[in-house]
Amino acid sequence: MSRTLVIGATSAIAEATERLLAARGDALYLVGRNEKMLAEIAADLVVRGCSRIATDSLDANDLSAHEAMLERAEGFLGAIDIALVAYGTLPDQKRCESSVELTVRELQTNAISVVALLTRLANRMEQRRAGIIAVISSVAGDRGRGSNYVYGSAKALVTAFLSGLHQRLRPCGVAVVTIKPGFVDTPMTAAFRKGMLWAKPERIGRGIVRALERKRSTVYLPWFWRPIMFVVRALPDNVFMRLPL
Amino acid sequence: MVPQSVSSWGNLIRSSYVVYGLRSRHDAFPAISVGSTILPYGNGRSYGDSCLNPGGALLLTRSLDRFIAFDRDAGLITCEAGVLLAEILQLTVPAGWFLAVVPGTSAVTVGGAIANDVHGKNHHRAGTFGRHVRELELLRSDGQRLTCSPETNADWFGATIGGVGLTGLITCAQLQLRRIAGAEMELEVIRFANLDEFFRLSEVSDQNFEYTVAWIDCLSRGKSLGRGLLQRANHSASPMGHARARTGHMAMPFMAPFSLVNTATLRLFNFLYYHRPGIRRRRREHFESFFFPLDSVANWNRLYGPRGFYQYQCVIPGQAGPEMTAQLLEKIARSGQGSFLAVLKQFGSLTSPGMLSFPRCGVTLALDFPNTGARIERLFTQLDEIVAAAGGRLYPAKDARMPAKLFRNTYPRWGEFERYVDPAFSSGFWRRVTQGEVVVHGGGPATESA
Repeated sequence: MSRTLVIGATSAIAEATERLLAARGDALYLVGRNEKMLAEIAADLVVRGCSRIATDSLDANDLSAHEAMLERAEGFLGAIDIALVAYGTLPDQKRCESSVELTVRELQTNAISVVALLTRLANRMEQRRAGIIAVISSVAGDRGRGSNYVYGSAKALVTAFLSGLHQRLRPCGVAVVTIKPGFVDTPMTAAFRKGMLWAKPERIGRGIVRALERKRSTVYLPWFWRPIMFVVRALPDNVFMRLPL
Repeated sequence: MVPQSVSSWGNLIRSSYVVYGLRSRHDAFPAISVGSTILPYGNGRSYGDSCLNPGGALLLTRSLDRFIAFDRDAGLITCEAGVLLAEILQLTVPAGWFLAVVPGTSAVTVGGAIANDVHGKNHHRAGTFGRHVRELELLRSDGQRLTCSPETNADWFGATIGGVGLTGLITCAQLQLRRIAGAEMELEVIRFANLDEFFRLSEVSDQNFEYTVAWIDCLSRGKSLGRGLLQRANHSASPMGHARARTGHMAMPFMAPFSLVNTATLRLFNFLYYHRPGIRRRRREHFESFFFPLDSVANWNRLYGPRGFYQYQCVIPGQAGPEMTAQLLEKIARSGQGSFLAVLKQFGSLTSPGMLSFPRCGVTLALDFPNTGARIERLFTQLDEIVAAAGGRLYPAKDARMPAKLFRNTYPRWGEFERYVDPAFSSGFWRRVTQGEVVVHGGGPATESA
């Protein structure tokens, strides 16, 4: 039973996670852009057993709104035991290549706004000397690939930032969990052909809850992405560059 | 959108579809290309082509899986149409409520249960699923939303219950649940030596038991024609002994290269099953293993191999039941075809609000058959004749081959129903039974010639 803040609460992975958190009795503060969807999700979670829940709307790219949102969340929850950052967009790589503006905007959404939010969150938790910060990064951040490097580089920034944050916060008892899902069958990836490596959001949600319980530092979800990404990272450049990834 | 390969439970036809999905029940109806048609697709547990739309598009509904409200005092659950019955039970059983009607699998969506007006082992007490739907919302392809209940838009309500998904998208529904004391069932299994004994036993059992169903050995003939085991049960009245849900699930991990169900395996299984020990003892069992025994084996339909399988389910109304059932079983036993799954059940007289609802007062027989091409179709044609002569009919949710004429003669309200079909909606089943469109089944070896 924790007091949990979810930012990007309408994402499919976040919703699957919220259902599990609701079932175990967490108090939830759900933040997202789409208020109507937030209300639907909250109603569902109440039926599933959540007894304390509130929703709040936020555009994560409006950095000046972060502080007030955190204030409201803390006001409702009392304190934030867990903060799960789950929002993101999947950029159209091809379009990014011909639009500097779009590339910068995607980096803003998937990296810069996350960094801004994490900085504020970290400072609050550091003061309390307790809490878990969990962020959905991606296996795509482990190595830039030609087909997806705008997204990948944004996630690489997030991963590196979390690694440093983890080191910094460790002495004061704040845990930092980096979540790296592989291919997940969600509305964000509706346009992709699905194969063997694809997982359902429910499976990722279960992995996230487990990682929160064990305060794992980095989790690959599902697990088989860890050896896959180990190999991908280990490939020498002259081999990797020739691969159609 | 990437085309997706989709099949139904019988694995008879697999085709590629343009698929659409909704993130929320409040989303607008997706814009499909002009001249194309669409059909809601839930969890794909219909056996034949009633949930398929070859050449058209599918609207996947599993993403509509949110609960809306649960009134724990009145036993009313309101949820989106893509929620599975299993998910409802998981939520409501600990609160002392059970679905009024459950079919043989809990892996069906609420929308699918309504659209096929499914029935269960308690038909003689509770009627069909549709009788317990308090209200539903129908989203038409033109964007119109209709709230339907027995009181409001009652004609649309009647068309949509058992309307095989053709009247529009069911977005959400409210269901009346029934009280239970706990998760356990009290049940008995009784052996019967032939069909006459079944009918006697069933009649007696239906008076004292809420749930009755019989398994029959479809290969037995002569004096033991229609021998089998009758299961009868009630919800346990004592909340004690919080039964554990079953642990450990099995799965059929891949498609069998050919059907593992054949005369030899069937004869062995049926003999052993009929003579299994532990008969007649009253026992307690968790509701999951009682209602949904096959749900513990994921993808059991793969046993039948790449050519898939049929289920033939018919109802024989009125007094003709025993006589006609004997004729059906005789034909089946003589053919040597069939499967482990052969079920006999007496329907009660409670009527459904659904225009095309399948159950009628009488006896229903359901059997699986591996797809053996022309050989099995010959048997089906013979069975059709008996069913038609007895004034019976076949169940669309299970059907993949009933001739158009048989449907039109045995579902006389189909013309009335047609007025409620959404102009953008269609299905393989609907085109087959109304326009006589021919469907080719089975991707495996060429079908045996007649």
